[in-house]
Amino acid sequence: MTQDRRNSNLEEAIEANLKRVYEDVANQDVPDRFKDLLNKLRESEQTDQTESDNNDG
Amino acid sequence: MMAEHSDPRDEIVEHLSAMRAFAMSLTRNSALADDMVQDALVKAWSKIDSYQPGTNMRAWLFTILRNTYYSHHRKARREVADVDGEMAAALSQKPDHDGRLQMRDFNRAFEQLKDEQREALILVGAGGFSYEEAAQTCGVAIGTIKSRVNRARKQLVEMLQMSDDEVLEATDVVTTTIVSDNKNVA
Repeated sequence: MTQDRRNSNLEEAIEANLKRVYEDVANQDVPDRFKDLLNKLRESEQTDQTESDNNDG
Repeated sequence: MMAEHSDPRDEIVEHLSAMRAFAMSLTRNSALADDMVQDALVKAWSKIDSYQPGTNMRAWLFTILRNTYYSHHRKARREVADVDGEMAAALSQKPDHDGRLQMRDFNRAFEQLKDEQREALILVGAGGFSYEEAAQTCGVAIGTIKSRVNRARKQLVEMLQMSDDEVLEATDVVTTTIVSDNKNVA
């Protein structure tokens, strides 16, 4: 195999592995802790909002 | 009555898997990556006013994520044992004769890149970011991103050529003999 041929195979392999590094994680199910965190942030804000609404009224 | 004002924060959930993938590409350690995503989510939630609706939310979230990494987690990455990497190395793979690049070799080389090169390469090469989006995310000029990506690719080729040669030397004496015979002819 010529050096050029070997290099272009290597470059293709690098691109494929790069995608694999990223997609292996991107395709995993997202752990519940993150959705739970977003829900908690939303809830704590709604509580604040209700309190300030009550104070205004 | 006006339509209810939609909260852009409702969209954050759609980017969680991409955020984890980007965080993992930066830290190469799943526990650290997930801590980093958690910190970034809290920040994104409170800083939502700095997001312009209609613009690229993933790029905005990735900017927060990488800022979190550079200000807090980069140091931790150097201090913790590379558990994931060690596990990957422990799962020894037999040499592959069809020339396919081994993931273990790739991971080793990938981890040796500078952080700035690794993030540019992953955004453009795997995350589907344009050079412009990657530049915006990293807060640098487009030309800087291009040169980081090019340099990173070149370095990976160089590092992996070396490991490729080692495999050849160790496992493929026949090929080596043919190559040296050809050299003699030339």
